[in-house]
Amino acid sequence: MQLIPASAKATFSQPLRNGRSITPYLLLIPGLAWLGVFFVIPFFSLLITSLMRPAGDSVLDGYVNALEIGNYLIALQDYWPVFAKSLLYAASATLLALVIGYPLAYHIALKGGKWRNFMLVLVIAPFFAAYLIRTYAWKTILADDSFITVALNALNLLPQERILNTPIAVIAGIAYNFLPFMILPLYAAIERIDPRLLEASKDLYASPGETFRKVTLPLSMPGVVSGTLLTFIPAMGDFINASLLGSARDKMIGNVIQSQFVIVRDYPQASALSFILMTMILVIVFFYIRRAGTEDLV
Amino acid sequence: MKKFQFGDSPADQIAKFIAAQMMNRRRLLQVSGIAATTAAISACGVGGSSNNTDEPTEVEDLSDTEKVVDWSNWVAYIDVDEDAGTNPTLDEFAAQTGITVNYIEDYNDNNEFFAKVRPLLENGQSIDRDLVTPTDWMAGQWISLGYAQAINFDNVPNKANLYPDLLNVSFDPGRIYSMSWQGGYGGLGWNKTKVKELTGSDQLVSLDDFFAPALAGKISVLSEMRETVGCIMSHQGANPSDFTSDQFYAALDYLEEQIASGQIRQVTGNDYLAALESGDIIAAIGWSGDVAQLGSDFQFAIPAGGGILWTDNLIIPVGARHKKNAETLINYYYEPEIAARVAAYVQYITPVNGAREEVAKIDPSLVDNPLIFPSDEDLANVKPFMLLDADTEKEYQDAFQAVIGN
Repeated sequence: MQLIPASAKATFSQPLRNGRSITPYLLLIPGLAWLGVFFVIPFFSLLITSLMRPAGDSVLDGYVNALEIGNYLIALQDYWPVFAKSLLYAASATLLALVIGYPLAYHIALKGGKWRNFMLVLVIAPFFAAYLIRTYAWKTILADDSFITVALNALNLLPQERILNTPIAVIAGIAYNFLPFMILPLYAAIERIDPRLLEASKDLYASPGETFRKVTLPLSMPGVVSGTLLTFIPAMGDFINASLLGSARDKMIGNVIQSQFVIVRDYPQASALSFILMTMILVIVFFYIRRAGTEDLV
Repeated sequence: MKKFQFGDSPADQIAKFIAAQMMNRRRLLQVSGIAATTAAISACGVGGSSNNTDEPTEVEDLSDTEKVVDWSNWVAYIDVDEDAGTNPTLDEFAAQTGITVNYIEDYNDNNEFFAKVRPLLENGQSIDRDLVTPTDWMAGQWISLGYAQAINFDNVPNKANLYPDLLNVSFDPGRIYSMSWQGGYGGLGWNKTKVKELTGSDQLVSLDDFFAPALAGKISVLSEMRETVGCIMSHQGANPSDFTSDQFYAALDYLEEQIASGQIRQVTGNDYLAALESGDIIAAIGWSGDVAQLGSDFQFAIPAGGGILWTDNLIIPVGARHKKNAETLINYYYEPEIAARVAAYVQYITPVNGAREEVAKIDPSLVDNPLIFPSDEDLANVKPFMLLDADTEKEYQDAFQAVIGN
């Protein structure tokens, strides 16, 4: 078989022999450049902005570099209820997505058979429509005269007699929009479970419930952890769902950051809020991963 | 404050809404990016100033060699030939003067547009626009920061056609830097049938009717501070054109109560129109022309306590390369006949004296349309919002945003 020219073979095998190729490092450059330009530089400039102070008595004087830690204290003091609300909404939405996503991922992975790929495409299908169109569609789905609202109202299940412009709509919207991020890692984890382990469990007289609790669930934990993280992190910073589906009482921290940047134009305050949000997510994720005992996964 | 004029189909509405939102998101990214980059590069910081060392440099006027004008305006704010998809008055301008207008409908929100171009203006760079169309108070900010050029009125003899009432405006006394484009009201819009079902009358006279328990959870207010707080101030007996800080905060407290109690369902931008149409809300503080276009089921009225009068204004930003062409264009739109054609289409208040007679020739029924040609009674009942200096603006805006949950 002389399909590969000898010369090509030589150049290909050369680096392998001495084991000190620079090729892998060259391949890293685009990724590192991307991270540098779009993450590291903005990260530090955001940090610098968040510590600025007004240059004079008037906002027209602009801001100057400083070490104004007070920006953070004011941000926390003024907006801690919004942070708490965002945390509550994001956590609820993540839980909801898990409850909806797990059975679905389980079913696709273990019972999907020849439909498996088709069902996976269906899971991703909503991504073919833009995020905003999908969220906007929920305004129609949850409208006051929609059958969902009418039906639930008939059963007296809605405290505010409506869904749209309530926290329920915001949480449902977030859960819906990030559901594929929950399902796909779950699917990947469950699909990897050796079916013989489930058979063995059955052979050892475990009930289906016990099999799930003692075999399937522990083995799918990597999927649960990455799925919840992939849902929770963007959910914390989301502002579209709250602004379209919520009311003025249901706004999240993303809405505050947007208005501070664009409308009030208090850049240090907005940057400080962004930084607090990032730190909060980082701390939560850190403890979550510690607790889930899956450090080796991430 | 001119917002969308929605088409008939839901798809049209969604598309327009999304276009607006996409712009919001893009703007946000740009602004944060710009803020961040400026911070990294310059030690004098962001959010800069009029006493910045980079004063706008003199730009050569290329009007005589480049026969174009770049104009940023609000969406659907000019006459359209719906069959051909053209703007007849713009085409006629090109035919008359040989100047092509790049008409760009990217003026979507006062604060956002300003946030986008401000870093460029601040550094003396051109924003590649010869005309922009900010609302009065925002035009005031452009002017006071030195971002607007004085118009050479030798090129705009039709300035004489400006309604005398609009000449000595607070943000530009005597009209040195700006000329009105169109105007309108902030007031109450509602669905007549549904309001009647809930209250027994198909009219909403004052804000008392609007904030009545019968309408709880069925009303929305605008996320524009001036309209919403202004209408409430008028209702409380304060004068939106001349109020104290206490009066402002009293109105804001009132708004906060109405939000906290659930009386106000939503605080919205453009999308209150879609919600009015779907029936999720049945009454709103909104804009005159917008509501008028929803059809006969809906009505717009200035509340008994008083409404807000606003105008959008043509200004020439510093760094514009086709200033003379822009002035020629302003002059053209101050021809009563041309102004009439625009007003007949967009149904907002025209600032051009003499347009009424010309509108009569196009469609006599429009002459009695109070939204295009306001009655004295209406005009007595609306006030422009007081001009705020930058620091007060920030303070009030910050407080208002906190109340509406942002």
